[in-house]
Amino acid sequence: MMKVEAIIRPERLDQVKKALEEKGFVGMTVGEVTGRGEQKGIKLQFRGRTMDVDLLPKVRIELIVKDEVVDDLIETIATAARTGKPGDGRIFVIPVARSVRVRTGEVVV
Amino acid sequence: MVLDSGDTAFILVSTAMVMLMIPGVGLFYGGLVRKKDVVSMIGLSFLALALVSVQWVLVGYSLSFGTDVAGFIGGLDFLGLRGVGMDAGEGTIPGLLFMAFQLVFAGITLAIITSAVAERVRIGSFIVFGLLWTTLVYDPLAHWAWGGGWAGQLGALDFAGGTVVHISSGFGALALALVIGKRIGFGDHDMEPHNIPMTMLGAALLWFGWFGFNAGSALAADGLAANAFVVTNTSAAAGALAWLFASWVKGKPSALGMVSGGIAGLVAITPAAGFVDAISALAIGAVAGLLCYKALLFRVGKGLDESLDAWAVHGVGGLWGAIATGIFAVEAVGGYSGLLQGNVDQFIAQVIGAGAAVVYAFVVTYALAKIVDATMGLRVTEDEEYVGLDISQHGEKAYA
Repeated sequence: MMKVEAIIRPERLDQVKKALEEKGFVGMTVGEVTGRGEQKGIKLQFRGRTMDVDLLPKVRIELIVKDEVVDDLIETIATAARTGKPGDGRIFVIPVARSVRVRTGEVVV
Repeated sequence: MVLDSGDTAFILVSTAMVMLMIPGVGLFYGGLVRKKDVVSMIGLSFLALALVSVQWVLVGYSLSFGTDVAGFIGGLDFLGLRGVGMDAGEGTIPGLLFMAFQLVFAGITLAIITSAVAERVRIGSFIVFGLLWTTLVYDPLAHWAWGGGWAGQLGALDFAGGTVVHISSGFGALALALVIGKRIGFGDHDMEPHNIPMTMLGAALLWFGWFGFNAGSALAADGLAANAFVVTNTSAAAGALAWLFASWVKGKPSALGMVSGGIAGLVAITPAAGFVDAISALAIGAVAGLLCYKALLFRVGKGLDESLDAWAVHGVGGLWGAIATGIFAVEAVGGYSGLLQGNVDQFIAQVIGAGAAVVYAFVVTYALAKIVDATMGLRVTEDEEYVGLDISQHGEKAYA
């Protein structure tokens, strides 16, 4: 069981959700975050001066899935979230030890 | 004439009420844009107030209300408020007060048009465009209707500015939107209002202030002002309910739609407030609510990013209001009769006056926008638009 955590552009969220739904990935947790990558944000230029916009709004989507579908999930998210410009985001895979359903108390495999 | 303290007190208060409508427009628009642009959006309305306040006392008042030149524009008799004094002049209120009352009307008109450039205009370009627009579009139109120009001479009626304020800014916004182009990502992803309560607060200030706008246009604390007050509220209410029910039929009853419908009703009654009665106001407001809703859906369907619908609400609403004045005017209220009382001439005058304003506002705004865009560029860069105008234009964040 793995957690697939994706940091994406906020304006791509609807596309990503739609693409996930089409593939049958329904359950997820979504949060608003801020962050930056190697470019250290965006540099705005005016009249010779630069202004650094340091931390940009992003959206974090988290899904817990079986190992077998991780690659398909990553591919689906990346394709839907990609614009080709710096700032598209990252996807991380983290092992999950256990998953329990609150309503029934059962351990989900 | 002699100064009347009741009239003067009332118009002083009305002027202040209309002034508050200008940041009210800002808040209305502010809630509709995304979080990253809210400071700039409200800022544009304050900027409109400040720019017009200066332009008006220097030259705007004179161009609007100075001695008529060829029916088109006023002269420079009142340049720098020369001859505009503390005594009564032609009415029962001080000349300075009449000037101030007219000033806030000019100010709110420029604020309304900011709808078309939301989230993408360079602030320097807006300053230049705004000064040109208020001088070359607003001042002539004000002169035509109220300053002794051809529309007033023709007999076209505009009690509080349906043509001068709403048609001008609404159809001006349409032209401006066509020139500046749509926001990046418009049509690809949703751009939802970030703060509907803020928009509702703006609508509240507008509805309240509109009593000053319409009742104050009686320029006296009298029965006509009371009539204007009543029909204003009635039309707003009818418009609010009409849009609410229309959105209910389409899906869920929209609270945002309800306040928009209220504004539509207020816009439509503006030219008619001193000429029609309360029952007519029900019809005028209800039609405005439905018509402006339809106009908005049409605009969206066409993929046009006239972002905050000044055209659909103020332009279309103002046009309906001008025509409705020609239909519903009754002699008992304002001394003029419309179609319902068998008078066709008034209706025709309304159509001509409103039609000319539509064309003039659209064409001149389009030209001005093109000129400013060619010389200075109307839009910010892609990166500046992406991070939001609050940061890129003002270096400020709305919410810490």
